[in-house]
Amino acid sequence: MDFLNSIILLTNFIIVPGITYGSQLALGAIGVTLIYGVLRFANFAYGDLMAFGTMVVILMTWYLQSKGISFGLLPTALLALPIGILLTIAVSLFFDKTVFEYYRNKKSNPVTFIVVSLGIMFVLNAVVRIIIGPNDINFMDGHKFIMKAREFKQLTGLNEGLAIKSTQVITLVTTIITCSILFYFLNKTKTGKSMRAYSNNEDLALLSGIDPKKIVLITWVIVSILATVAGTLYGLDKSFKPFTYFNNLLPIFAATIVGGIGNPLGAFYGGFLIAFSEIGLTYAYKKFFKYIMPESLEPSTLIQFISTDYKFAISFAILIVVLIFRPNGIFKGKVI
Amino acid sequence: MIKNIDFRICFSVMTILTVLVGLFQSWGIALSMLNLCLISAVMAMGVNIQWGFAGLINFGVMGFLAIGGLATILVSVPPVHEAWSVGGIGILISGLFLAAVVISVFIINKKLSKHKYKNYFVFLIIILSIPLLKFIAGPSINKIESINAATSGFLGGANLPIIFSWFVGAILSALVAFVVGKVCLGLRSDYLAISTLLVSGIIITIVKHEEWLSRGVKNVIGLKRPVPYEVNLQESEWFINLVQFFNSSKLSNVLDPEVKISLLNQLVISSSGVFVKLCFSLIFLVVVFVILYFSEKALNSPWGRMMRAIRDNEEAARAMGKNVVKQHLFIFMLGSAIIGFAGAMLVTYDGLFTPSSYQPLRYTFLIWVMVLLGGTGNNYGAVLGGFVVWFIWIQSAPFAMVVINLFTGHLDETSYIKDHLQNSVPYFRYLMMGLGLLLVMRYRPKGLLPEKVIKN
Repeated sequence: MDFLNSIILLTNFIIVPGITYGSQLALGAIGVTLIYGVLRFANFAYGDLMAFGTMVVILMTWYLQSKGISFGLLPTALLALPIGILLTIAVSLFFDKTVFEYYRNKKSNPVTFIVVSLGIMFVLNAVVRIIIGPNDINFMDGHKFIMKAREFKQLTGLNEGLAIKSTQVITLVTTIITCSILFYFLNKTKTGKSMRAYSNNEDLALLSGIDPKKIVLITWVIVSILATVAGTLYGLDKSFKPFTYFNNLLPIFAATIVGGIGNPLGAFYGGFLIAFSEIGLTYAYKKFFKYIMPESLEPSTLIQFISTDYKFAISFAILIVVLIFRPNGIFKGKVI
Repeated sequence: MIKNIDFRICFSVMTILTVLVGLFQSWGIALSMLNLCLISAVMAMGVNIQWGFAGLINFGVMGFLAIGGLATILVSVPPVHEAWSVGGIGILISGLFLAAVVISVFIINKKLSKHKYKNYFVFLIIILSIPLLKFIAGPSINKIESINAATSGFLGGANLPIIFSWFVGAILSALVAFVVGKVCLGLRSDYLAISTLLVSGIIITIVKHEEWLSRGVKNVIGLKRPVPYEVNLQESEWFINLVQFFNSSKLSNVLDPEVKISLLNQLVISSSGVFVKLCFSLIFLVVVFVILYFSEKALNSPWGRMMRAIRDNEEAARAMGKNVVKQHLFIFMLGSAIIGFAGAMLVTYDGLFTPSSYQPLRYTFLIWVMVLLGGTGNNYGAVLGGFVVWFIWIQSAPFAMVVINLFTGHLDETSYIKDHLQNSVPYFRYLMMGLGLLLVMRYRPKGLLPEKVIKN
C-alpha cells in the first residue's frame, strides 16, 4: 500500500505536470528548430509569435462566448483555434515578405537575422500589449477537472490523491495529434521530404528542382500552427500573460539546443527532458521517502536538489552542460 | 578628439535634445533624461567593445548590469553586525567551499586536459557540490534571513562610499565574465547569443532569490549618494544665496516680504532637485568622457587593429599567430566590466536596488538597439545610440498620446477604443524601438555613425 501511495504521489506531482509542461515546450521547440533548420536562424520573436496567436484565440473565444456558443465540456478556445492559426500564419508571412525575405536574398549572416528577429520581437510585443494589455487573463472554460484528488482517494482508498485537470489531457491529446501529423508529413510526404532535403543541403535541393519559396512558405505555415497551438495550450493550462510568453522562449531555446538544433524529433525529446528536470529536481522528495523507507530511516530534510526558485535556472544549466559536452545536442542536430 | 566630426554630431545632438526637453517640459525632466542617457551611453560602449570591436554577441547584458547593482549593496550599505555574528562563519565557510570547487574544476581542466572522462569529473563535482553547499550554508542563511526580516535580513555591505562600488562592480563583472567566457566563448555566434542570454537569466535568478546577499525581491532602498541630499541643500546658507543670486530679477519684482520669502522657499526646493541631478550629470559626463577617450585610444592602437582583424577574419588572424581565444576572453571581460560599471551607476542614480526589475527587454535588447542604431564599431556611434534611443524610449509615450488624440479626436470621451488606446500608451515605445531597429537594419545597416575604416 505504501508503495502504491508513493507511486501515486510521484504521478501527481511529477509525471502529470511534467508531461503537460513537456508537451507545451516540445511543440514550441519543434517550431524553433524548424525555423533554424530551414531558414537557418534562431528566431527570438518566437515567444511573442506564440503570444500573438494566443491573443487572437482569446479574442475569438470572447466573441464566441458573447454569442453564446460553447464547446460543451471542452474549452471554447479550441473552437477559436483555427482563426488564431490563420491570423498567425498571416502575420508570419507578412513579416517574412517585408523583413526576412530581403536578408535571405542578400544571404546575410545569422547574426543579422537574429537582430532583425529582435526588431520583430519588439513590434509583436508592442502589438500584443496594445491590443490585449499586459495583464493576466484566464480564458479557460468548460469542465475543469477530470479527476479530483478527493474523488480519487474515495475511489481507491489510498492516502494520496491524484488530480487530473482536463487541460492536461487536452494538452497531451493535442500534442500527440499535432506531432503525429507533423512527423508523418516530414517523413512520408513529398513536400515534407523536400523540406528535409532543403534543410540538409540547400544547393543540392535547388539542383533537384525544389522550389525554395514553397519550402519557406510551408515552413512558416507549420511554425505558425505550432506556435499558436503551443501558446493556447499553455494559456489554457496556466494563464495568458504576454511577459510569461516572452520568458518561455528561454526554456524553449534550451529544449531546442539540448535536442540538437534543427532536429524536430530531438526538440520533441528535449522539451520533455527540460520539463522533467525542472520539475523533478525542484520537487521535495521527503514524503516519497517516508512511504518507501522504514520508519527508522525517515529523512529529516526536504530532500530537494535545489529550491523551486531556481526552476528556470535548471533548464539554462542543462543547456550549458549540453553545450560543453555535446555542442550539437544530444540527438545530433542540423538535419530535419 | 574634439575635432572629430562624429564627436561633434554626438554631443550636439545630446545638447539639443536636453535643451529642447528643458524648454518644453522642465529642467528636472531634462536632466534626469540626460543622466539616464549618459548611463545608457556607458552600457552601449561596453556592448560596442564586445560586438563592435571583436564581433562577440553578448545577450547577457542584463546579468552584468545586475552584478554591478549588487556591488553597490556590497560596498555601500552598512554591515548588519547581528547577521554577521549568527551566520557570518557559515557563509564564509561555504564561500571557501565554493572557491575550492571552482579551483578544483580548473585544476582538473588543466591537469587532465587529455583525459577521456575529464568532462564527466567536472560534471560530477558540480552536481555533488550543489546539495553540499545547501547543506553547509542552509542553517546560516535561515538565521541571517530571520533577523529583522522586515527591514534587513541580509548581511549588509562594507559601508564605504558608493563611488567605490562602481569599480567593484566592474571587477566583479569581469570575474563573472571570465567564468562565462571560459564556458561559452568557443561557441558559434548564434549559440553564443542564446547561451549568454540564458546565463544572464541564471544570474538574475541568483540575485533575486539569495536574500541573505541582496535582500532579493524585498529590494534595498535608501542607498548612499556621491552627491548632496536635497534636504541638506535646502538648509544650507550658500545654496539659498545661490538661488537668490540666479533669481534676483524675479525676486526683486515682488515687493511684499512675506510673499518674497515663500517664493524663495519654493525656488530653493525646486532648484535643489535640479542641482542634485546636475551634480550627477557632471560625474556621469566625466565617466563617459574617460571611457570614450580610452576606447578611442584602444580602437586606434595596434591592439584595436588586431581585434578588428580577428573580427573580420578569424582564421587569418590565427594564422598570423594571434591567440584568438585569449583575446576574445580578454575583450569579453573588458566589455562586461564596463557594463558592470554602468550597472552600479544606474543603481546609484536610482538610489535603490530592485532585482525583480531586471528584464531582458529593457536591460539587454534595448542596449543592443542602442549599439546597432548608433553605429557598430564606432564609440561615438554607441554614445549617440545611447542618447537617441533613450530619448525615444522616454518620449514615445507622450508622442503616442498626441497621435492617438489626433486620430481619436472625433470619438467621444467615453469611447471604449479611445480609452483602451490611451491606457496602452506605454507600450508604443516597444513598437517604436522595433520599427526603428528594422528600418535601420534595412536602410542603414552600419548604424547612424558608421565605423571609420582607417587606412594607414
